[in-house]
Amino acid sequence: MAVTHKLIQTITVGSGGSASIDFTSIPQTYTDLLVLYSARSARAAVGDDVYIRFNGLSTNLSSRTLYGTGSATASYSDASVAYIGYAVGDTSTASVFSNGNPNYVGSTNKSVSGDVVSENNATGATQQFAAGLWSSTAAITQLTIYCLNGNFKQYSSASLYGIKNS
Amino acid sequence: MPATYEPIATTTLGSTQNQVDFNTISSAYTDLVLVFNGGVTSTADIWLRMNSDTGSNYSRTRLTGDGSTAASTRNSAASSIFVSVGTVGTNANMIIHVFNYANATTYKTTLTRFNSSAYTAASTGIWRSTSAITSLTLKAEAADTFTSGSTFTLYGIKAA
Repeated sequence: MAVTHKLIQTITVGSGGSASIDFTSIPQTYTDLLVLYSARSARAAVGDDVYIRFNGLSTNLSSRTLYGTGSATASYSDASVAYIGYAVGDTSTASVFSNGNPNYVGSTNKSVSGDVVSENNATGATQQFAAGLWSSTAAITQLTIYCLNGNFKQYSSASLYGIKNS
Repeated sequence: MPATYEPIATTTLGSTQNQVDFNTISSAYTDLVLVFNGGVTSTADIWLRMNSDTGSNYSRTRLTGDGSTAASTRNSAASSIFVSVGTVGTNANMIIHVFNYANATTYKTTLTRFNSSAYTAASTGIWRSTSAITSLTLKAEAADTFTSGSTFTLYGIKAA
């Protein structure tokens, strides 16, 4: 029986924090990639935006996002970055981490499906869905997630899985 | 490592095509996951049907965002489950979960995440039939077609 979800690598942020989590030298033997992350930002706010980029490039990225806060829903777009989630910030309830699963599928232009939950036992809790797009036909060899305003805090982690369709 | 997520079949279109069928689906799994990556010509929606049923036996509720507006819609007694939203374009992906598909006592439910360059959406669907699902059809609305190169993969998930 085929193993379709294979763990490629897990990265856990150390005591100094990190501006990004990078997966490099990604094997080209999979159909799709799946990232599961648990993250907290050092930003002095209730939350921080999390983005994705590929092969170290910050061009040809865009996204559409839908989110709910428990009392309102909204949608917004980004024309130059690919939003894929959210991370609680440094003023959020202690020990809370946000969880998301950006899931790349695609062999031409790269489309991304991002789901994230950020419960906080307080205001600032959100549930979000994101559609990201990297308009490039280049093979993905590197995948980076990063916060808009702050570093990932210690104990933030992300795992990269490879999915095979045969 | 137990293999709980097994590829059943995959199709890559060599030319445009109006629908893609997964037939004779094994009942050996607990749930199904159908992954689509590609596009649809024109402005068509994508429909999901079970066991080739074209009757008014489906309903769905959808939450959508186009980058400026969040909205929700629902339809009852429909002839399919709409699993996309708006113009699909050529860079879309979709992940459809079909739960407890092989049982012969309950209606069948779906959960879908759809993403395109214009929309992101989450939707639920029901097929009001107690029949076990043995086939799934993804169809472009009316006479529209999926673009060449679109890929469709069906996975089976086992609870144990």
